[in-house]
Amino acid sequence: MRPELVLALLASVTLGSATFAQNLGKPATPAAMAASDISIGPDGAGLPPGSGSVAEGARIYAAKCVVCHGPDGAGAPGDRLTGGVGTLKSERPVRTVASFWPYATTVFDYTRRAMPLTTPQSLTNDEVYAVTAYMLSIDGIVAKNARLDAASLPQVVMPNQVGIVSWEPKLRRR
Amino acid sequence: MPNRRPSDLETPVAGGGLLHRRALLGGTIAAAGALSAAQAQDPIGLGSPLTMTRPGAGFSGYGAPAEWAQGIRRLTPPASARPGTGSSRTPLEALEGVITPSGLHFERHHNGVPAIDAAKHELLIHGLVKRPLSFDLDSLRRYPMVSAMRFIECAGNSGGLTGETIAPTATAASLHGLVSNSEWTGVPLSILLEEAGVDPSARWLLAEGADAAGMSRSVPLWKAMDDAVVALFQNGEPIRPEQGFPMRLLLPGFQGNANVKWLRRLKVTREATYTRDETSRYSLLMADGTTRVFPLELGVKSLILKPSPGLTLRGPGVYEISGIAWSGAGRIRAVEVSADGGRSWAKAALDGPAAAKALTRFRMPWRWDGSPLTLLSRAIDETGARQPTRTAWKAQFAPGQSYNYNAINAWAVDQAGLLRGVHAT
Repeated sequence: MRPELVLALLASVTLGSATFAQNLGKPATPAAMAASDISIGPDGAGLPPGSGSVAEGARIYAAKCVVCHGPDGAGAPGDRLTGGVGTLKSERPVRTVASFWPYATTVFDYTRRAMPLTTPQSLTNDEVYAVTAYMLSIDGIVAKNARLDAASLPQVVMPNQVGIVSWEPKLRRR
Repeated sequence: MPNRRPSDLETPVAGGGLLHRRALLGGTIAAAGALSAAQAQDPIGLGSPLTMTRPGAGFSGYGAPAEWAQGIRRLTPPASARPGTGSSRTPLEALEGVITPSGLHFERHHNGVPAIDAAKHELLIHGLVKRPLSFDLDSLRRYPMVSAMRFIECAGNSGGLTGETIAPTATAASLHGLVSNSEWTGVPLSILLEEAGVDPSARWLLAEGADAAGMSRSVPLWKAMDDAVVALFQNGEPIRPEQGFPMRLLLPGFQGNANVKWLRRLKVTREATYTRDETSRYSLLMADGTTRVFPLELGVKSLILKPSPGLTLRGPGVYEISGIAWSGAGRIRAVEVSADGGRSWAKAALDGPAAAKALTRFRMPWRWDGSPLTLLSRAIDETGARQPTRTAWKAQFAPGQSYNYNAINAWAVDQAGLLRGVHAT
């Protein structure tokens, strides 16, 4: 077969499959992606610069969080955040951020994107690091004098990290 | 004619008065009443309904339910200091067939319904792709589309039944109303991902909404390439604001929460992101203290709606039992009904060919003799999965774990024909 003919055939095959390819997406600019990429992976990917201490977090918590989550994160009317560590295997498991959430990065991600409920996304990165540090300090997951940042937050070992079993492979095999 | 005598059509097939399915097809012919002799000179209008004697109303730009049906409403939560969090429920027992009217589709919001300007809204696809792309609504509407009937069910649906007590006022809607079924139309996500060029190392996506909760969930890449759709239309019209206008991710058969509304971003990743709503919520704490994350596919399930609490039986006679069945794994193969608390079962008739990952209506003729009994239904899907008993379901999990509940539902009927939810299995 002549090379030109092979090329022509290849082109027609490509065109055939390209009938579905509308290619109407606009190239996304790095700036647009950076502005909207707010999710944080469990390895810390996406964590921003900045830092916050337990002491700073306690002040922010008292001003902006306690009204829903109660003193020391004990809950009511909002979700309970603290306590219950070690209860998951018991007859009466108590599920909180401290006892149940497997990754500290999730606390940063969720607090930054969705809290406070009435003014979500109003906290600075430093404030989110600080509130995260304070919340984790209540159950001794981080020390009372801890300061968290992009390097230290993913190193925090949450009590229930060992208990996580992904069910997704079961779905994939079927 | 509920009190007619049992006929040849009424072959019992199980206890409690369940009849052979053929009784559904054998209609009885109502006796014609005696015609009154009209006066020959009178205009016929004197003997007609008023509506036949005067012109009706004009046209409307968007039709509304009949006045008679305007009581059919979603069950909305009581007023709260946090009005945007919570859910409203589909009034399942007030509906027939399998399509949920768009305005009655259940709602679950985590911080309200955003008012999105469709002209400015864009869907970003980025992460582990060769070409990060942004799509506006006009562009997406130019792509080839697919339409399919699909149910969406909140993973928390029916979870109240894991508790020991059932409120005497509980209804099918209040217990199970976080499931709805629509024809969804949109662009297969695989087309958009192929245009972006997914890196071979990718295994997950992070899907994110433009609401005040920034709702985000991790989606396995295989699902995104299989039957996932960026849905733009629901039951033929643009998606309603409370269902995700201008676009939502549709993941057929997966936990409702993963069908991210107001979709604004899909980030292709190597690993799952472990968001708040797939770790602290919508995950399963097992009896051994481990936590099962990403239990995305919902199990096989069924529910009798007619009769159900609030729809009181009017004395002994022939009734049609009917309800809905669905499975996150595919089509419903069969539904069995019991009218004697589970001692005997008989196969119900299914309406039409069952669609995959969609509600299927089942029907069963029944002669109620007026005695107290318990009605149950159990479904089997095309993979052979069977609806579990409540006892078997609960045995897997830690106390208080209530997501993905799909155990057999039971309604007790008393001598007065009143129904209420009970634990029978």
